[in-house]
Amino acid sequence: MIRWDWIPGNLGQLAAALADHVLLTAIAVSVGFALSLALALVIYRRRSLYAPIAGFAGILYTIPSLALFAFLVPFTGLSLLTAEIGLVSYTLLILIRNIMAGLDSVAPDIREAAEGMGYTPYQRLVRVELPLATPLIVAGLRIATVTTIGLVMVTALIGEGGLGQVMLRGFNFRNYAAVYAGAAVTVGLAIVVDLALTGLGRLATPWARARGGT
Amino acid sequence: MAAPPTPSASTVEFRHVTKRYDSRAKNTPGAVNDLSLTVPAGKICVLVGPSGCGKTTSLKMVNRLIDPTSGQILIDGVDIMTREVTELRRGIGYVIQQVGLFPHQTIGENVITVPRLMGWPKARQRARADELLALVGLEPGTHRDRYPAQLSGGERQRVGVARALAADPPIMLMDEPFGAVDPIVRERLQNEFLRLQEELAKTILFVTHDIDEAIKMGDLVAVMDRGGILAQFGAPEEILAQPASDFVARFVGVDRGLKRLSLSRVGDLELQAAVTAQIGDDCGDARRRAATDPFPYLLLVDADGRPIGWVRRDAIPTEGRLTEAIAIPMSPLLDRRTTLKDALSLLLEADVQAGIVVDHKGRVEGIVTVDAIAERLRSSPSDVAAASAASVDA
Repeated sequence: MIRWDWIPGNLGQLAAALADHVLLTAIAVSVGFALSLALALVIYRRRSLYAPIAGFAGILYTIPSLALFAFLVPFTGLSLLTAEIGLVSYTLLILIRNIMAGLDSVAPDIREAAEGMGYTPYQRLVRVELPLATPLIVAGLRIATVTTIGLVMVTALIGEGGLGQVMLRGFNFRNYAAVYAGAAVTVGLAIVVDLALTGLGRLATPWARARGGT
Repeated sequence: MAAPPTPSASTVEFRHVTKRYDSRAKNTPGAVNDLSLTVPAGKICVLVGPSGCGKTTSLKMVNRLIDPTSGQILIDGVDIMTREVTELRRGIGYVIQQVGLFPHQTIGENVITVPRLMGWPKARQRARADELLALVGLEPGTHRDRYPAQLSGGERQRVGVARALAADPPIMLMDEPFGAVDPIVRERLQNEFLRLQEELAKTILFVTHDIDEAIKMGDLVAVMDRGGILAQFGAPEEILAQPASDFVARFVGVDRGLKRLSLSRVGDLELQAAVTAQIGDDCGDARRRAATDPFPYLLLVDADGRPIGWVRRDAIPTEGRLTEAIAIPMSPLLDRRTTLKDALSLLLEADVQAGIVVDHKGRVEGIVTVDAIAERLRSSPSDVAAASAASVDA
């Protein structure tokens, strides 16, 4: 039997868990993006590093999340740090690959025109190549963010977890209303964030709309 | 105009410039072998040749997108290797075949790329953008805020040219700038660009694989052969009249005689005077005047000197007044700007011996005969002046 009346009485708890969930996701994606951008710029300068860096990120990506958290706990404890190390690790492969794909998508004639007209390499990167890479970078951010929102649930097992906590407690106390509420809010969050990022991406790339969509 | 003062055009000199991509093989595509030539200030020099002849490589060595293996390139006597590379490039307009407009910037932003890099004040950048768009025939109001993807191929090429002109560089490098558009648009862009160049007088290096474009656009033409060898360098007229080698002769084509005709205009010939008479003139008098002329026709004109038609010498009545009724239909009307190639074509098409040259008000200036055009063709370029004089008697 599901006690739906649990929900109206615990909106405050749900809201707190949602805020927690958003914070965990935001930290993971921001740090992951900063790291990925830095690594992508290293690769941009030295192409030979692409394979080793992407390979390492690929290995991180394949480690099952539960195993990774379990592996980290002896070192960093049941902490926010442990959760974030894991969450950040999973964003790297997606983000690095998409940033590189974005930079590589810039047509050679545009690169050549920029160089021939006297852009310095830095100006060319910042004013031409990165803006043109935006659609693919935003696509990477969307995948990474939605994936992270899902993975945050798992960190409930090491004492974090946001909405994952609500669900975990629901399981333990056979309170299925909490389980469904936690799941529903998580799905809602993923959809809202995905739409928001899509919208921001559109705003940042007015030229792509001029062409009639990407 | 709000344009900054035009810097005088620069001289570009290649001194024994060699580029090898492979130290063992000399003939890798794009290689350049001991190229020496000087492009005088304010002239268009066209580098033309088959693919792989090194023409684009030569061009890109001027703005240092490619560095030569050996030799020097000098701009106004200064070795370009001694200049800071981005500063050098900002002083050289660059137009490429694929145009390479920045898709994320509006047309206005694209056009003022170099002024922005050079840190012009914003207001001056905006004014310059509008001025340049108007210069290349694009209405600033409708085009300034659009994106490249919203323009036609021809419009994008114009924007490419405007962008290269933005900081008023003394030198322009143009790599097949009109290559990516259909022949009709290309023809129009070529003509517009030549008209623009009459005012701007930039020093221009222009790469094409099309000999007709080379002849049309070039004050000077450098024909390059595979392996990056300069096969001939000279005025288009000279290259057509006296190809330096079998390669050049084959490259310019068997119709090089006709191509030469496209280099001259009716105005370059000394026009023959036609015997004219107005409607209402006395027939006897007209007959007497026509009798002594080598051309057996009288040209009937109206009171303002505009042509009405021809009258055969022996068809002029012995007495009375000249009337419109005796005139036979006119031969083609030409003006001084008609190329000799077009003039000849018009005459042959109409199956007549002579075309009437009229001024901008439609008044008769003289006539051009098929013989005079043929005579011009027989002359070598050094005889051109003499030939023009001789055509009076032809």
